[in-house]
Amino acid sequence: MQRTHRTPLLPLALLLAVSSVLGGCGREGSPPVKGPQPDQLPVYQVQSGFTLPDSGTWNRAKKRGKLVVGAKEDQPYMGEKDPATGRYSGFDIEVAKMMAASLGFEPSDVEFRTIASANRETALQNGQIDYYVGTYTINDNRKKLVGFAGPYYQAGQSLLVRTDENDIAGPQDLAGKRVCSAAGSTPYQRIEKDYPKAELVAYDTYSVCVDNLLTYQVDAVTTDDTILMGYAAKVPDELKVVGKPFSEEPYGIGVPRGDNALRFALDDAIAAHEKNGDWKKAYDATLGLSGVPAPTPPAIDRYPAS
Amino acid sequence: MTESTALYDIPGPHARRRHLLYGIASTVVILALAGWFLYLLFDTEQFTSTKWSPFLYEGIQELLLKGLGNTLKAFAYASVLSLALGAVLAAGRLSEHRVLRWTSTLFVEFFRAMPVLVMIFFIFVALKVQPLPALVAGLTLYNGSVLAEVFRTGVHAVARGQGEAAYALGMRKTQVMTYVLVPQAVRAMLPAIISQLVVALKDTSLGFLITYEEFLHAGKLIASNLDYDLPFIPVVLVIAPIYIGMCMLLSWFATWVARRERRSPKTKAVDVAPADPGTLLPGAQ
Amino acid sequence: MDVLTDNFSLYAEGFFGTVELTVYSSALALVLGFVMASFRVAPVGSFRVFGAVWVAVLRNTPLTLLFFAVMLGLPRFGLVLPFEVFAVLALGCYTSAFICEVLRSGINTVPRGQGEAARSLGMSFSQTLGAVVLPQAFRTVIPPIGSTLIALAKNSAIAGAFSVTELLGTYKTLSELGYNIVWTFVWIAVGYLIITLTISAIFHFLEKRWGVAR
Repeated sequence: MQRTHRTPLLPLALLLAVSSVLGGCGREGSPPVKGPQPDQLPVYQVQSGFTLPDSGTWNRAKKRGKLVVGAKEDQPYMGEKDPATGRYSGFDIEVAKMMAASLGFEPSDVEFRTIASANRETALQNGQIDYYVGTYTINDNRKKLVGFAGPYYQAGQSLLVRTDENDIAGPQDLAGKRVCSAAGSTPYQRIEKDYPKAELVAYDTYSVCVDNLLTYQVDAVTTDDTILMGYAAKVPDELKVVGKPFSEEPYGIGVPRGDNALRFALDDAIAAHEKNGDWKKAYDATLGLSGVPAPTPPAIDRYPAS
Repeated sequence: MTESTALYDIPGPHARRRHLLYGIASTVVILALAGWFLYLLFDTEQFTSTKWSPFLYEGIQELLLKGLGNTLKAFAYASVLSLALGAVLAAGRLSEHRVLRWTSTLFVEFFRAMPVLVMIFFIFVALKVQPLPALVAGLTLYNGSVLAEVFRTGVHAVARGQGEAAYALGMRKTQVMTYVLVPQAVRAMLPAIISQLVVALKDTSLGFLITYEEFLHAGKLIASNLDYDLPFIPVVLVIAPIYIGMCMLLSWFATWVARRERRSPKTKAVDVAPADPGTLLPGAQ
Repeated sequence: MDVLTDNFSLYAEGFFGTVELTVYSSALALVLGFVMASFRVAPVGSFRVFGAVWVAVLRNTPLTLLFFAVMLGLPRFGLVLPFEVFAVLALGCYTSAFICEVLRSGINTVPRGQGEAARSLGMSFSQTLGAVVLPQAFRTVIPPIGSTLIALAKNSAIAGAFSVTELLGTYKTLSELGYNIVWTFVWIAVGYLIITLTISAIFHFLEKRWGVAR
């Protein structure tokens, strides 16, 4: 009888101990992180008095008093969420903030929300988010589902390897090598088709691929160079990006499909920020920290209303 | 071992000495294995301060607690709703209307045969539902179906004479159910119900795969951060005991209830059967 | 409908991935479960404790967490293995805890008197085990082992969510290619039904052939 009473106490005590450690003695704030620092980021001029009555999305956001922007949370220097503070940072995030400023929203009125790649279209279609900025490649398949403003950046598929790796200089060297990418993604399918000799490994997220790269499970990680540059910049002693990009991935801002007014307003805003230097400042403060100088932004594809 | 089993008799002094020897030897081997594991952990630098210091910050602790809260929230919704769905489906399966009975049987069998994760993904991806409702709906459909079987077995397990006696007194089916069969069945089935809820609690971690920000998701966010030197092992060492502790608490509660019920005179009429983790076997009854 | 005909090879690959995963993990689970069950009924205390801890820990760990721990934890000790092996390890170890409990209760259903009778006839331990206890235990555990293995086949979907070598994993590729997502899932569901119903049929047959009603 005594035994039966004592046993449940053990996990209970454990739980209490853990929760007291968690709740009791915490150091203020959060662990220091590498990457874009808040005080280094540019400030964008908010267009006060801006209106866009033709856009249902804009009207709803104005009524709500804040913009809800979809983003990624696990891509350093592009769209990364600090686990401790919940703050988003990166180039995509800066672009999203520029757009918000042009649409007449104060920085404090912008709320970011993590949306997984598989749900981007859905989130835009049913109005969970007002627009989406997160390494979102413009293509015809997706244009059937959502609208794209931009492109605001031209990325390309590339390779990330360990710094001690000397055999891989480009996709042509992948034969017999273990290459990791996100399951089902376009980069994955491209390697499968164009470089069938590479041994493909698929995981649900790139962070698992990078983890695998660092523990020698795979020899290379492949996806857009922007994402890879971010990882390399975090641990330059251990990872490097090699070779020239071997695809073209124009990044656009996803908007609800029917909302042409919003799409054109964002196209204008991108053009304006590229012209006044905000775009370059944002790049230098984020992705530029990886050491790659700012490229020329791609031409905006202002395709007709659909 | 104070009792003999089908396998061996009560050991004599000679055998006992031998067993003691084996015991010491195997303990040494197990401890050596544990020591080697610990050595590996140290050797691969899992206990460096860069890997553990994130846990000292309030931001990280809040993130973990928020994740734990979300896990418990999903668990609470899922368990209440599956109990309700289980009751409805069990009522359907015990109904006298053929159509109702067949529909509920089909429903129950289908959702027990489907992997719960496929259901969750279907609801999340194809029906375009938010993570929390998708997770709760998937868990409810699966666990509700399993619980329906548990309830039904419970009702069937109440001694036949009780139902017959109630009918003989002129009670109607609803009355027989609500006053006689169900109270006894639920009491007897409580352990099985609780162990099914343990399954639901464990399965809330599937929410991590559909970006629901639960406990494991919080852990992964910390573990995959390059700034903290990928503290994967520390994260597992922190969150695994909490998960295991929660599930064990519930399991032990189930065992405790089972033991209490076995002694209680109120459940004499019912033979407590264990929960069946979803089977399609017709012969498995 | 097009989803299936256009991508039959992809579906087939996923289907056989699930089958393969299920078969290998079942083998591992049965072997490990048997070892652990014999630990749990052993006369030596430390074996019993080890078996009990194994079962208690694995039964109460969410499988997703276990997958995570195996998939990203083991490489940290310098182990380089393909994902499929990690998946088999995680699924096999997890299921072994349940198999262990099934086997143990199967052995416990054999009445003590039978073992005593066998021993009084002069049978040795291995004879008692092989001729008296195990044959009877085997018959009673067929249905619960069947349902445990069905659960294993269903749990293999978690591997598919992490990677693509499995039926559920095919949805990612198909949705990227722009196919109708509802139909994609219908065929995935059919695939799982085929697998679970096959296991169920196999064990139903075994049950008919060897099972006994007690």
